[in-house]
Amino acid sequence: MNVDIIRPVEEIAPLAGPRIAGERRGAGTLTFSLLSQILLAFWALLVIFPFVWMIITSLKTDPEILSSPWSFPAALQWDNFSRAWTQAHIGRFFINTMIVLAGSLTGTLLVSAMAAYVLARFVFPGRQLIFYGFLAGLMFPVFLALVPLYFLVNDLHLLATFQGLILVYIAYSLPFTIFFLTAFFKTLPTELGEAAILDGASQYQIFFQIMLPLARPGLVAMGIFNFLGQWNQFLLPLVLMPSEEKYLLSQGLYFLAVQQGYQNDYGALFAAMVISIVPTLIVYVLFQRRLESGLTAGALKG
Amino acid sequence: MHYHKYRLIIPFLLPAILLYGIFVVWPYAQAIYISLTSWKGVSGNRPFVGLDNYQRLWEDERFREALTRNGQLLIVLPLVTIAIALTFAALFTQGSQRVRGAGFYRVIFFFPQIIPAVIVGILWSYIYTPNVGLLNGILRAVNLEGVTRPWLTDPGTVLWAIVAVAIWSSVGFYMVIFLASMQTIPTSFYEAAILDGGNRWTSFKDITFPLIWETIRTSVIYLAIFALDFFILIVVVSGGSTTMGARRAEVAALYLYNQAFDSSRWGYASAIGVVLLVLTLLLSVGIMRVTRRETYEF
Repeated sequence: MNVDIIRPVEEIAPLAGPRIAGERRGAGTLTFSLLSQILLAFWALLVIFPFVWMIITSLKTDPEILSSPWSFPAALQWDNFSRAWTQAHIGRFFINTMIVLAGSLTGTLLVSAMAAYVLARFVFPGRQLIFYGFLAGLMFPVFLALVPLYFLVNDLHLLATFQGLILVYIAYSLPFTIFFLTAFFKTLPTELGEAAILDGASQYQIFFQIMLPLARPGLVAMGIFNFLGQWNQFLLPLVLMPSEEKYLLSQGLYFLAVQQGYQNDYGALFAAMVISIVPTLIVYVLFQRRLESGLTAGALKG
Repeated sequence: MHYHKYRLIIPFLLPAILLYGIFVVWPYAQAIYISLTSWKGVSGNRPFVGLDNYQRLWEDERFREALTRNGQLLIVLPLVTIAIALTFAALFTQGSQRVRGAGFYRVIFFFPQIIPAVIVGILWSYIYTPNVGLLNGILRAVNLEGVTRPWLTDPGTVLWAIVAVAIWSSVGFYMVIFLASMQTIPTSFYEAAILDGGNRWTSFKDITFPLIWETIRTSVIYLAIFALDFFILIVVVSGGSTTMGARRAEVAALYLYNQAFDSSRWGYASAIGVVLLVLTLLLSVGIMRVTRRETYEF
């Protein structure tokens, strides 16, 4: 797995090591590395074990689940997955989430990129004010806005619609995305745009044909960041999507879990959870390095 | 070049400003106004009552209890998360000896951070389930029957059981932040420390810690805000916002949610939100001031 992440330090660090130190330190270092191995292995187990348990449980029958949390399934119950997909409607919730994310991710990136480009590259009165206005959005807790947001979306006849949720997702993703992309556009060279102007290109052409392609690494980072944030979003759909037909995945799972008390289909619930982490898992495996830097970028800049 | 610049600036900024203004700024502004009304139920009637809601909040025992829990979270969540994350980050990079399998551990530790909070919550609610849950199962297996308990309804454990989940899922994230920050420290600093006879602990204390202080400070603020906003995990792990477990772990944000979407007391709920916002702002500024130190350029 991704060992190259820490290679630089691994390569340089040993130079400083035990060669300078004496024998006693050597023994101490050995104890130390043994202790750290135990500690790290323990935490790794603590993290992995619940997920492994989740996968095993998703393949058991309900009586097996209820009789012992430890046992392995006598026969693998793949049927749990088909019940989760159809009867528990996870399939529909999955597609709903895809529809919303297709709209909100495209919208977030396009709207943010346009605003960030202008904020990074042009001087005009009110520029600072607008930039800090967006930045302020990072400070405010979402739940403070929940009540008015609910009534606002209702008044706009957007309650329980995909369009409504898409617009709200975009709006709440703007502060960080604009903040990040503005910094990114500032690092791009200005000469290309100036040369294109001399060739008779319009400002629009410069943006869409030169700047946007150049900004791809930044857009990808923000795409991944917002994919995870919006895929995991729970509070906004819970309040703004009261129609069961159009539940999103995390919301649907929550209601499924709450209902288990009455319906007792634990196998399907665990299968549903496994299904819902598959997209996240794929994104993680494909983009692990970029995703880490994307998610941690904000914290490091602060 | 900027001859016709406003023909670009205005249409490019407008969508962002409109969306942000309508769906973000306007609701926040309205929340402040709604907190000054006694608006409840389904009527559109919003009688203005001034600071009445705030007055009642001040005397509300349940709100005080909720805020006390937030106060406990505020201490425990940043302290424990940062201590664990910093320990792991230090084991990975600091000093001479590298840890075997560091890349593997890093991928694993970070993993819970990307899993939806709802899934983490449901998973742990089954781990904590009294009879068939994993945790009590483990305790029985190692003959600790006496320690087993209904973790999510016992008033003494419910909040901490849920906080443990939050720590469990955040440690990896902060570890990666600390790692990235530590890797910017030149190794020559550590070489010099070893020549001076320093050991692992002194080089951590005298080199690593001061040099990544800015990152630690940012993390404290992040986690403090997390502690004040804390509530989704409580709802999911305890199986609903109005369950007994949720009531026993009720924090301010959950109280707000229940006042709004369970009791339809929009005015009162908004007042709780405004108080929380003010506390968040004060806390951020407060932490910034208290943790200010001389920063080192290197």
